[in-house]
Amino acid sequence: MTRAGKNTLYRALLIGPALLAITIFMIVPLCLMAYISFRGRDYSGGVLWDQFSAEAYVRLFFERELDGTLALNFNYMFIILRSVWLSFLTMVISLAVGLPVAMFMATRDRKWKAVLVFMVTLPFWTNLLVRNYAWILLLRDHGTINSTLMWLGVISEPLPLLHNAFAVAVGLTYSFLPFMVLPIYSSLEKMDFRLVEASFDLYANRWQTIRRVILPLAFPGIVAGCVLVFVPALGAYITPELLGGGKTLMIGNLIGFQFGAARNWPFGAALGLFLLALVLISLGAYARRYRGELEGSQ
Amino acid sequence: MRINPFRSRAFPGDARHWPGLFTATAAFFAYVYLPILILVALSFNENRTVTVWTGFSLDWYAMAFANRDIVSAATNSLIIASIASVTATALATLAALRMASKDRFFGKTGINAVFALPITVPEIVPAVATLMFFASLGLTFGLGTVIIGHIVFCIPFAYLPIRARLEGMDPKIGEAAADLYATPVQAFWRVTLPQLIPGILSGLVLAFIISLDDFVTTFFLGGAGSTTLPIYIFGLVRTGVTPEVNAISSLMLLLSLSLVSLSLFLGRDQNRKSGPG
Repeated sequence: MTRAGKNTLYRALLIGPALLAITIFMIVPLCLMAYISFRGRDYSGGVLWDQFSAEAYVRLFFERELDGTLALNFNYMFIILRSVWLSFLTMVISLAVGLPVAMFMATRDRKWKAVLVFMVTLPFWTNLLVRNYAWILLLRDHGTINSTLMWLGVISEPLPLLHNAFAVAVGLTYSFLPFMVLPIYSSLEKMDFRLVEASFDLYANRWQTIRRVILPLAFPGIVAGCVLVFVPALGAYITPELLGGGKTLMIGNLIGFQFGAARNWPFGAALGLFLLALVLISLGAYARRYRGELEGSQ
Repeated sequence: MRINPFRSRAFPGDARHWPGLFTATAAFFAYVYLPILILVALSFNENRTVTVWTGFSLDWYAMAFANRDIVSAATNSLIIASIASVTATALATLAALRMASKDRFFGKTGINAVFALPITVPEIVPAVATLMFFASLGLTFGLGTVIIGHIVFCIPFAYLPIRARLEGMDPKIGEAAADLYATPVQAFWRVTLPQLIPGILSGLVLAFIISLDDFVTTFFLGGAGSTTLPIYIFGLVRTGVTPEVNAISSLMLLLSLSLVSLSLFLGRDQNRKSGPG
């Protein structure tokens, strides 16, 4: 066999198995999902394979009346908008909280840096379900926060903290905050902090230094962090399910619902494709400008 | 000069001592760790009402261990995580061995993107897509379908650290092996692989944790007889909060924490060996 031929064979044997596994069990299903989103709905829970239908997409904006006419219905759009809004809120809160933490971490000496990075990473590897469940214990009517506040005499009735958008926002921030801290930290860690001294020597004050020196240098990390928080928050399933109490639905729950009680696969497939498109657009826009930063930050 | 990280008495240009940074970081870590600590503390509470502390007790742990459903869910979790993480790590190692080399070939960037796909897409999308795929094929949902789903999303978690480890290796060592008349096969078994083992183990442990903790994929691809611990906990939480859930949750936390420490320990060790000095 020729050398080039051998090289190709060797490459195929090594890369092939993993590539095939992801292609067959992920890319093919995603293509199938796109196909199903244009098929008719079988009310017993399946798909009418031989029938083209755009009904799933119509359903995003309209409701079909009994006589077949369409009426505008923004219920689903509202859930999608809420998902985007909650994810955006999560991103902004994470940024506000994460930036000073990353700054603190980046200015420690080596030993402390290692300890702090470990402490930030640790929660990511613990069970997401358990971490969200912990917030149920805190936010319930008779939970830790309400009991403490009542014991202190601040309030006499428990505050409604659980099963609303507030609880979901808290849970999402809690779940994804480390993804904001770490990329910003890795940008700032490379920074030469003598620039800050130089800025002060040139009579800049603290605020000007942050705005003109630190933020521009941390920018790639900030963008990476925003993407890494926004994307998983947008597709969140567990947090709205547990902390939203079935009332504050997000896209993920709406998709899941189509494969459970609602049994509407084409609609679920259309929603899944919609979410996938949203994610790929935000990742694509990011990757074009900041190639390599995402991988470099991990 | 050593600087105490918690003392601030310096000129304003020294960013280490800006006011508020320490307070913000302390608040951050309190936010991150307090809920977990409260959960663990409450799992030792003897009172059934869960939130009021009345005394220390191990009853809930005893109850959890005596519960057959929990034991069988834990067994399922371990079976799935073992098979999925070992398979995914094997696939990822093979691929990383080729992908880590410096040469460029057609489609390399694309293949890297495919390998990262399972962690860039929100889990719910591939989960329901695979659900439809398996249903169209007429497969029966159970342990098998869950394991396939887990293998796919475990691949990137094993692939990324192993590739990074390979890229960080000193190519001179391989060249030295060749100079000493080692065949490529000998060089691989005697030189590359022993250096790579800590990286592989670290990737394996990470994949294992991710599989063990998974909820979404298991939930949509599971069937009768494939209930795992997270699925079981989810079911209990939906019906109400019980101290038993606190006990199982604390045990899962403990397991994840020990495994991740193990993985980071393996990863740290390898950096030391590969570092230039």
